Amino acid sequence: MVSMAGSMGKRKKMSLADILIIVFIVALSFTCIVPFLYMIALSLSSNEAIISQKVGLWPVGFTLETYKTILSDVEMLYSLGYSIVLTIMYTAVCMFLTICGAYPLTKKRLMGRSFILSALVFTMYFSGGLIPSYMLVKNLGMMNTVWSLVLPGAMSVFNLIILKTFFTNLPESLEESAAIDGCSDLGILIKIVLPLSLPSIATLSLFYAVDRWNGFQDALFYITDKNLYPLQLKLYQIISANQQLDSQQGGEGSVGAFIVPESLKAASVMFTTIPILLIYPKLQKYFVDGVMTGAIKG
Amino acid sequence: MKAVLDQSREYAATKKKNKFLHNIKRDAWLYLLLLMPFAYILIFKYAPIYGVIMAFQDYNIFAGIKGSEWVGLDVFQFIFQQDSFYRALKNTLALNVYDLIAGFPAPIILAILLNEVRMAKFKKITQTVLYLPHFLSWVIIGGMVYLMFSNSGMVNTFLASLGLDKIEFLSQKIPWLVTYISVGVWQHIGWGTIIYLAAMTGINKELYEASDIDGCSRFRQIWHITLPGIKSTINILLILQIGRMVSIGFDRPFVMGNSLVSEYSDVISTFVYRVGISSGDFSQATAVGLFQSVIGLILLLAANYIAKKLGEDGIW
Repeated sequence: MVSMAGSMGKRKKMSLADILIIVFIVALSFTCIVPFLYMIALSLSSNEAIISQKVGLWPVGFTLETYKTILSDVEMLYSLGYSIVLTIMYTAVCMFLTICGAYPLTKKRLMGRSFILSALVFTMYFSGGLIPSYMLVKNLGMMNTVWSLVLPGAMSVFNLIILKTFFTNLPESLEESAAIDGCSDLGILIKIVLPLSLPSIATLSLFYAVDRWNGFQDALFYITDKNLYPLQLKLYQIISANQQLDSQQGGEGSVGAFIVPESLKAASVMFTTIPILLIYPKLQKYFVDGVMTGAIKG
Repeated sequence: MKAVLDQSREYAATKKKNKFLHNIKRDAWLYLLLLMPFAYILIFKYAPIYGVIMAFQDYNIFAGIKGSEWVGLDVFQFIFQQDSFYRALKNTLALNVYDLIAGFPAPIILAILLNEVRMAKFKKITQTVLYLPHFLSWVIIGGMVYLMFSNSGMVNTFLASLGLDKIEFLSQKIPWLVTYISVGVWQHIGWGTIIYLAAMTGINKELYEASDIDGCSRFRQIWHITLPGIKSTINILLILQIGRMVSIGFDRPFVMGNSLVSEYSDVISTFVYRVGISSGDFSQATAVGLFQSVIGLILLLAANYIAKKLGEDGIW
């Protein structure tokens, strides 16, 4: 069997089809890299070169001015710090709720289990919509507070079900023997189940963290105080600053009132992307594992 | 006799009650753990569902739900007469249908191609690169699209250097639609392969070996082994996507749209935002949201029902 698999691997040298497939995949991969190269080139180029459309994938009239501007922009640095704190807070709250919800629901003996599960799953397919949620946040007095970005999305039923599946797949004998030793359910969760599920907890934490980091809609709805802008909202303000003027139809109030050069926009895009790129290799691996587990369950 | 019966009934009832109390007591920790998530769901998921009452009222923000006047279906009647509502609904359906046509098969095709690649290292590196767009926010992608496809951006500069005419990607109907859809495919194509590649690892290798011995061509292997192997995954994802036909995310159309193309880019989510949050007409915006939720649920149930009728696995 082994030799068979080996011969299959070497089977036929590169055929035309193989070459075409590889060319296609390489080309597609390039479309994922080129935008970044262009952003880097724009952000390092002089405005004159950009306006006269000389900039391709290599900077023209090299300058670090834009990055100096960003790094001396207190609001931008503040937004970065705020986004980091927000992401950590959100992830912690989400994981707490998800673990508290997932573990009891693995116990078949629990009375009301199927009722609670259905109540959870129903919310995956039906929601009150944007406005009732908005009114709720407003009525709870959470507008322009960090809570408006932490609580309304603080637990995904989908993630809860993934975690529940992880927990269910743990060997039952460990929990049983702990129970015989007089360990309470809470003790079993903390001393046995959680330590064994660290990889899946890490994966789900990253799911939440990326969601929060990239989240934009709720910030647009709930945050009007400039001091509480997360990075994505700040970036949106910069990008859309003179887009309106550009397309010749006047600005929309404060947005569009000032002109932001393209190089600064590109540098802002890079500034927001770099934190993701830094942790991407690790992130990607955890994510893929997580989706695989979700997929096998699904 | 009767007394004895009564007594035994009473006994059974207390026993049942005791068992109930016993169960609660036994699982006290579990219920305590569930308390927070359950409260969360009630407050942040079910309370907004109660809030849809606003759609049947002339909602007054100062009077609240309790004090606002009931108007029955007047709000719905009103929005069903609005051209802008039909425009948003039509655009939502159109963009979703284009996304389905272009975006649904794309990851399947790419997964099949990746599955055919035998160089493990090459595969790993390209996969890492192809997954990257999934991790970028729509604000970042929108910024990149704007800088690349504007009239002075890279793409138009490149077209000009070839002596071709500029294309107004961001302000004309067809170029904008093509950009919107392609960027969506680009963002999702790599990531979307994972679930299919996972399904492909479940296909029995012996099938490929046997067909190799039979001299089966590669295309026929794909058609007769790989595709049937991932069929149930395709079905489930298709049901889910059809179920989402009337709902559309907010970020992508909001960030990629602009007032020059709002005729095609204004969708239900951006319509609700504009009417509800920008103009403060909560009843109307809630009604549109409720309409979307209900139709979405019906579509999902219908797609699931049809899939089951055809003998396929549904989502539940």
